[in-house]
Amino acid sequence: MFSYCADPDTLEGLRWLSCYLTTGKHLSFYWAFGTVLLLLAVTAPVALLFGFGGAVAARSRVAPLAWFGKGYIALVRGVPDIAFFLFFVIALDQGIEWLRHQAKCPDWDQPIRQGNDFVVCAEAKMPLSTSAQWVHEVYGFWLAVFTFAIVFGAFAANVLFGAMRAVPRAQIETGEAYGMTRAQIFRRILVPQMWVYALPGLSNLWMVLIKASPLLFLLGVEDIVYWARELGSTKTPQFTDYPHGDWRMWYFLFLLVFYLGFTRVSEIALDRLMRRLTHGQATLGGGAGRAGMTEAGPP
Amino acid sequence: MKTLILSSAVLALTAGAALAESHMQTVRLGTEGAYPPYNFLNDAGEVDGFEREVGDEVCARAELTCEWVTNDWDSIIPNLVSGNYDTIIAGMSITDERDEVIDFTQNYLPPAPSAYVAASEEVDVMGDVVAAQTTTIQAGHVADSGAALLEFATPEEAVAAVRNGEAEAVFADKDFLVPIVEASGGELVFVGEDVSLGNGIGIGLRESDGELRETLDAAIQSMKDDGSLNELILKWFGEDAQTF
Amino acid sequence: MSCWDTIADYGLRSLGYGERLLPRSDFTLCQQFTLIGSGLLWNIYFGVVALLSGFVLATALALGKASASPWFRKPAEWTIFVFRGSPLFIQFFFAYFLFLSLKGQVDGLDALTSAWLGAAVVLFLNTAAYSGEIFYGALLSVPKGEVEAADAYGMAGWTRFRRVIWPTMLRLAWPAYTNEAIFLFHATTLVFFSGFPASRQQGDALYYASYFADKTFNPFVPYPILAGYFILLTLVIIALMGLIGRRLNRHLPAAQATARRPRRFALLFR
Repeated sequence: MFSYCADPDTLEGLRWLSCYLTTGKHLSFYWAFGTVLLLLAVTAPVALLFGFGGAVAARSRVAPLAWFGKGYIALVRGVPDIAFFLFFVIALDQGIEWLRHQAKCPDWDQPIRQGNDFVVCAEAKMPLSTSAQWVHEVYGFWLAVFTFAIVFGAFAANVLFGAMRAVPRAQIETGEAYGMTRAQIFRRILVPQMWVYALPGLSNLWMVLIKASPLLFLLGVEDIVYWARELGSTKTPQFTDYPHGDWRMWYFLFLLVFYLGFTRVSEIALDRLMRRLTHGQATLGGGAGRAGMTEAGPP
Repeated sequence: MKTLILSSAVLALTAGAALAESHMQTVRLGTEGAYPPYNFLNDAGEVDGFEREVGDEVCARAELTCEWVTNDWDSIIPNLVSGNYDTIIAGMSITDERDEVIDFTQNYLPPAPSAYVAASEEVDVMGDVVAAQTTTIQAGHVADSGAALLEFATPEEAVAAVRNGEAEAVFADKDFLVPIVEASGGELVFVGEDVSLGNGIGIGLRESDGELRETLDAAIQSMKDDGSLNELILKWFGEDAQTF
Repeated sequence: MSCWDTIADYGLRSLGYGERLLPRSDFTLCQQFTLIGSGLLWNIYFGVVALLSGFVLATALALGKASASPWFRKPAEWTIFVFRGSPLFIQFFFAYFLFLSLKGQVDGLDALTSAWLGAAVVLFLNTAAYSGEIFYGALLSVPKGEVEAADAYGMAGWTRFRRVIWPTMLRLAWPAYTNEAIFLFHATTLVFFSGFPASRQQGDALYYASYFADKTFNPFVPYPILAGYFILLTLVIIALMGLIGRRLNRHLPAAQATARRPRRFALLFR
């Protein structure tokens, strides 16, 4: 990066460090922070959407739909997320390719499962094997987003389901008295009212989501944990210009500080939002209704 | 567990690029990127090492466009089988167990010895705690040998376990251990006898990819014939390395 | 080999009893069920140890955070902040490196680098921090009237806490605490996955599931088995915690107890 970095062996102290911290590998490490933030920013609304769908389904009067919604919530919440991540992405990937295969290659005569191999025609590959590397990266990223959204959608559904039930019965009865239909009540009363009840749970979920992001590397995205492990491990002089011992502890300490800072900032922001939303609301904001829901931390 | 991506190295093929362009096929090479000198990430974050050079040369000779992809070792075969990349070129020994699930080209490295490294000479590699990377042939060997196996996700961590006393010895490919022992300044030493496992190291492929296998096989054969493969082996593994 | 033989050989494999070598070829469904189930013993061990020990520290942390004295408040706040604010995944990594460096310098801490103790310590601190925050929230919501009634009966200090405040706090916190217990058990799968090495191929349910996924190269069998086991475990936890919760609420009229139920859905998880 800097001109004096050409011969790192001669450098010492801060100059060495400045060169070391700006190697291509370290730049990838810094980029990975961007990837993680982007994933969080994209996943949160998608998961909320899934959650909304799940909650509406679970509340549905149509029995199969209600079972589906409740089953989705119970199933995903009952399984450790890590176990889910370990096979879901491959399953999803193969599922997509299988569907494309059915659509694009109806004349294919070979079996799709040949022993352990999963073989679909070349046109059905996602992404096409001829496409550029960045297409693969973007596709992998979206698979990760989708997987995260499914898992956290179940949690969000759980929160929204509870929030919809928490809307005071009197409010809904008032709507009925005005002659609103069920759909109108849902749209004009239930949904606008439920957010204030859902917010503590949702902000908690956001914290959980932040803290689940190191599992990204399970989904094949090169995240900060991957790079911290790679960069921190012992480097012998033969293969690098910057040999060093086992520095993983320092890299992980850095990650720890990053996450503490990130959750702290989120906490403050969400607290402000909550205060604003509960302003003038007839809830116990700050009282019993929020038992155990406020995030921890030194004030 | 989709593909992990680091460095996309699209190879600019020199000779006859224009001519072959019409039927040039893109092949994605999967590697681990954490096993020097076989494969590792250099300071710029690109895949480097013996296998990088072999892979690039094989692709050039077979007139393929190749892209390097890195993937964690423990999921490297499932991701090959489900088609996230087309080959594994990651210091993978050819074993019967793996051969049942995937195919291998002929080896591009003769059967290499595995060795024990410990912090002192007195370690009993048959009885003490021995560290190895999970799901390697070395881990299987240690489990069979009667020693207490301690498994780590990366070879790096397995070596670190010996340094910090978690394990008495580490068992891994000798070629991987040599530079570490040299750099340790006497802290680590080889103990016990070398063990030969597997049938050498080859490129792993899906069993359904017979055509690609033949192409790569021919390219490796031509590198063996003109001695360029031996040159690479000597360059990366030192003058004493076994050659073809 | 019948399935019963397999169970006899591998049922306690995760604890080091039975066959020394794991199956190498011809994997049967029975082997997968047996070994993954055997590994589940570790998950249960970690979960139970952390939950029970964490409960005590959590109560202390909650009281500390609610304390007027900064000498108690600050340490409690920081403990809760550090363990709740960072991913458990990274805590495991970090704790393992920390324990390793401690091991060289202080005698008697050797066992910390093995999973059975080291990981249990991390999980203990982690769940104590989460539960501590839940208890703290509940502590603040203990109705003033109950405390005043206790005062009127002449209770003070420890007696008042033990007989009035503490039971009410638990009652209020219970739904959220149930969630925390579920998540704790799920989190135990991270033990051998990050940081702590598996020794002699004795690992938890996830360890064996990934062993089979590696050997059979097919993730679609072992991971769903693992998921099934965890759903069962989750149901057991909900049932047990529900029993305790009912006991905590037994003095309430039935209508009031059920009226509280919707809250369970909105409460805390991580």
